[in-house]
Amino acid sequence: MENTLHIVVCAGIVPDPLQTLEPTTTPAGPGIKNEMVLPAVLDPWAASALYEAANLATKNPGSKLWLVSLGPKAKLQQVMMTIAQKVAFELVPIDGPIGGFPDAHATAAALAEAIAAIPGLDRNKLLLFGGWESASRGAGVTLQIVGERLGITDQFQGVDRIDLHDDGSFDVLERVEGGKHQVSVCAGAPAVLGWATGNLAEPRNNPQVGMANMRTIMPALQKAKTVALAADGLRYASVNLPKQQRTTRIEKNMTPDEIAAEIVAWIGENS
Amino acid sequence: MESILVLTHADETGATLTKASLEAVTAGKELAARLGAALTLGIVARHANDAAAQLSGAGARLLSVQGESYAQARFASDAAACEALWRAAQAALVLAPHSSRFARVMAAVAHRVGGVIDTHVTALGGAVDLEATRWFYRQRIEAALVRTTRPWFLLLDSGTHAPFAGETSQAIVDEIAIAVELPPLRTEVTGLRAPQQSQQTIRPDAKLLFVAGAGWTKKQPDGQVHVEEAGQLILDFLTASGASLGSSKSLVDQGGEGNSVLPFLTHLNQVGQTGSTPRHPKGLATCCHGEEPHVVGWRFIGERRAVSLDPNCGWTRGKADVVYVADAFKVIAKVNELLSQGIR
Repeated sequence: MENTLHIVVCAGIVPDPLQTLEPTTTPAGPGIKNEMVLPAVLDPWAASALYEAANLATKNPGSKLWLVSLGPKAKLQQVMMTIAQKVAFELVPIDGPIGGFPDAHATAAALAEAIAAIPGLDRNKLLLFGGWESASRGAGVTLQIVGERLGITDQFQGVDRIDLHDDGSFDVLERVEGGKHQVSVCAGAPAVLGWATGNLAEPRNNPQVGMANMRTIMPALQKAKTVALAADGLRYASVNLPKQQRTTRIEKNMTPDEIAAEIVAWIGENS
Repeated sequence: MESILVLTHADETGATLTKASLEAVTAGKELAARLGAALTLGIVARHANDAAAQLSGAGARLLSVQGESYAQARFASDAAACEALWRAAQAALVLAPHSSRFARVMAAVAHRVGGVIDTHVTALGGAVDLEATRWFYRQRIEAALVRTTRPWFLLLDSGTHAPFAGETSQAIVDEIAIAVELPPLRTEVTGLRAPQQSQQTIRPDAKLLFVAGAGWTKKQPDGQVHVEEAGQLILDFLTASGASLGSSKSLVDQGGEGNSVLPFLTHLNQVGQTGSTPRHPKGLATCCHGEEPHVVGWRFIGERRAVSLDPNCGWTRGKADVVYVADAFKVIAKVNELLSQGIR
């Protein structure tokens, strides 16, 4: 028996990991200097969720996949030019602030409202995907609250794998302490799955998928609803780069034996 | 006056509180003393009697949710338990360990009770208002934040406080047990699975983090790759030193690209931007460039050393204390030899 799934992936956009980040103060609170001009990517763990979702949708004909993303329209468009070539999806854009400093609770409220308003979404078939933490706020809060707002009572975080059964139930592997996975079996949708790395490689660019996606993405971006995220009692007392800069001793002329002896002695020292 | 609830949970035995839970108790006691606040300790466990005994010397009110349903770390039951504990305590501030079990549920619980939450908290400070310190952008920017909304849930990263160790005595569990009405349970936890590898290489309590970079699988001076030799050297080192194994993304990803890989590495070993941020007193990087997306995962590593053939690698730019420009194959082989002789 085939399962028809309605998969919604929540994914933010973040600065490319190779960029240097410098905090600054904006009228709306803390932010990243020149954040609007820094190259941006789809949040890495959320991207894993998107690729896993597309794989699941492909394996289960009749399934639908939406990508819900909150960010400035211009940055969303930039990132979608790349992501749209990877997998087929329908974009639900929300025009809002970028970055890790806006409150996760307000972000979750905006995302939940947008998901609830998706035409044709069957909540009984809903698998809500996203990254278990973002590369910006890194809190692991937003997706959980979105699930709570949508009334979903089965949630999994740090997911690396799900195996769907014919009856709609699925096995799920979640990361837990000590490099282990917790194995659970869930009766089926609806459920929230916050993905870690997953098991799939990044799909290759497919221009045909890209062209098909862009036909719906551009109109969706034009119609994107603008939201303001309330601080709701949140205030930043300080925002700083780490102060620690080490004075590095570079040893170019030691023999392997000398280095090994030094390392072994160092390992044995009490720190 | 603020009131504080510390939520704790048992380990897989169902009767012993986790180390991270005991660390949260210490944080709660310190904060309660500083704010002059009333302290309540909440326990989620299969057998709360034994777990409560660990906290009987804490000088705080004890509450518990116990039973077979709480032997499993499952969203529906854990969220209901934590919500019930909060409703019994009605605390303004809620501290809990940032364990996988509580990280899975606590944002939902905060939402249910009309509160707010911050996670991965590394310090609680502030002279006037309570300030929670945490990292943003994967440990690249540190911020202290204040919230006026209550209840305020704070999940504390492990290793930020000493575990509570008070005198143990039998608590009166009947007086502290909270009844919980569970929703229909649609999820069953069936067990734990370790990665498919010959031995467990991730050791959170190890004194040393050993990171293997992509250089281990690259061509060596003889023009050949020596993946098997590299794997054996690394495993021998882990066995002799007791270190925990980390890796860079580039090495872990090679497995998905059909290249020669170290068979015992998985994404769980990955440290950095899209991996973990472990806490160890020392770290030794080998055959790793020390690029920023990897090094952000070293934020909580104390002393850092690196072995690299590249004298201009990232580690030399203020990211390590010592960089040895050398062939890691030769160095680690000698290190293993010394360790096997018991030399330290």
